[in-house]
Amino acid sequence: MTEEANKKVEENKNMKIVENATCTFCGCVCDDMELHVDLDEKRITKAKNACVLGRAWFAEHTIEDAPAAMIDGKEVTIEEAVEEAAQTLVKAKFPITYGLSDTTSEAQRHAVAITDYIKGNIDTTTSVCHGPSGLAFQSVGESTSTLGEVKNRADLVIYWGGNPAESHPRHFGRYAVTPKGMFTPNGKKDRTVVLVDVRKTKSAGVADILIRPKPGKDFEILWALRALVKGNKLSANEGEWFWGVNIEEETGVPLETLTDLAERMKKCRYGVLFFGMGLTMTRGRHFNSGALLALATDLNKYTHFVAKPVRGHGNVTGADNVVSWQTGYPFGVNFSRGYPRFNPGEFTTVDTLSNGDADTALIIASDPASNFPKKAIEHLKNIPVITLDAKSTETTKLAHVAFKTATYGINTGGTVYRMDDVSIPLRPAFESPFPDDETILKKIKKRVHELALKKIYPGGASGEAKVAAVNPL
Amino acid sequence: MMLIPGRSSKQGTSLNQGKLKEEYQKVTSTLEMNKDDMDKMGLIDGDKVRLSNEIGETVVSCIGKKPEDLSEGMLFIPYGPPSSQLMASDTAGSGMPLSKHIIVEVEKVKN
Repeated sequence: MTEEANKKVEENKNMKIVENATCTFCGCVCDDMELHVDLDEKRITKAKNACVLGRAWFAEHTIEDAPAAMIDGKEVTIEEAVEEAAQTLVKAKFPITYGLSDTTSEAQRHAVAITDYIKGNIDTTTSVCHGPSGLAFQSVGESTSTLGEVKNRADLVIYWGGNPAESHPRHFGRYAVTPKGMFTPNGKKDRTVVLVDVRKTKSAGVADILIRPKPGKDFEILWALRALVKGNKLSANEGEWFWGVNIEEETGVPLETLTDLAERMKKCRYGVLFFGMGLTMTRGRHFNSGALLALATDLNKYTHFVAKPVRGHGNVTGADNVVSWQTGYPFGVNFSRGYPRFNPGEFTTVDTLSNGDADTALIIASDPASNFPKKAIEHLKNIPVITLDAKSTETTKLAHVAFKTATYGINTGGTVYRMDDVSIPLRPAFESPFPDDETILKKIKKRVHELALKKIYPGGASGEAKVAAVNPL
Repeated sequence: MMLIPGRSSKQGTSLNQGKLKEEYQKVTSTLEMNKDDMDKMGLIDGDKVRLSNEIGETVVSCIGKKPEDLSEGMLFIPYGPPSSQLMASDTAGSGMPLSKHIIVEVEKVKN
């Protein structure tokens, strides 16, 4: 069909165009989408400016023919499901709340409140993403910036342990490699791009320098770079030796390559280290992130250098922000004593499930049953699970109470945080028959609060009156 | 061999269709393997292999990658239910399981 014919078809339909809409598929949260929406069929027919992932995100989120709420696989009203969810959560001895990276910050704050009222445990997908980096931020600190600053200033861009070409396709074109900025008027020509990865991925195409270490040797390389940046020799034997072993044999990277990189880092005008799961999910975990953050800090003695984690889900950064400003900690927070306690390794969800601690799970916009360790999934199958999700997943399949909700950014407004902690508003394209996460969580919060107060003020009319008097919701 | 689960474009687009749909299940059950390693084991593209370790096992099909793209002894698979079967739950006090550093045995599954 010609473009003109296409236009005619569009003219006959009940179409609308949403400008400057936001894609919430990945942490890039690109807010320059032009969405063509067929309001009759309730679907997006075109997403101008979207990458391959964004196009799939907009095209595939149509309205499914499914119940809005189910208990044990049977359709119920939303009110019945809210009541069952609230009763289940309040009865639990160790309820956990998990997920939150694919919903709005407005919904996230209600999830924190629910967890507080039920004296539960709240954790987000951060714990299996950049959780180790979160630990490193607390111990080392973070030399940071927005992506706009990177676009306008960075002349040395290093990607470490990530493959943005496939996971964040517009990171190169919109923020860090090819865009022309105030002090980078020639775009890519004004930048040197370095990629550090154990595999040669599709991202290698943009790299001027490709470094391929052996798996699990990131810490050693980062520590060697710190030494080189400071002008230290790596060994007595003119730098060929590294803690008694040959550095190339140990890490797979020749000393000359590291020396060259260290010099480039010191001499650049504005450098940035973007780091991914290749650091946090491998041997070393938070030590790897910490070493990288320390390297960025060291480099500020010579030039301006920043480090940014490349975040995965659309609002995982919002989850960190909301849980932090409500509890004081970014993830892995437990309210069982009535105040927030932070302890990764104990209150993080892989641990609360694998260790058999959790006895009920409220899972919001996340699918741990398809990507958690086997032992954690087995425990999840044995406890009551309450889910809120726009799509059917392995986790919704095993839910005791399942809510089908509207898709954030497509059917709902609200706020999300880009990976550089910049908050961005959502512009919905069309209405969904399903309620959004925020609406459901508010209802659960209200009911959980009533039930929690009844535990404190049990029995009779006087108890009911007290509950009503102190319940502001 | 070392298994590195990660993201891929196909995994990203297929999960939007739905994680219970055939495309996503196919993508997350396809293992990338060094071509030379495959030759040594008598494997060709599409053959089934069993990955196993002390945690569990899973059967996936394999496709070859050029040795310059994927080093000898290294395996890549898009995250999903099959990779979860091999992931240990210990987080060493960090909350994070070793999701990209999984040592597995690989054996050909006879038809």
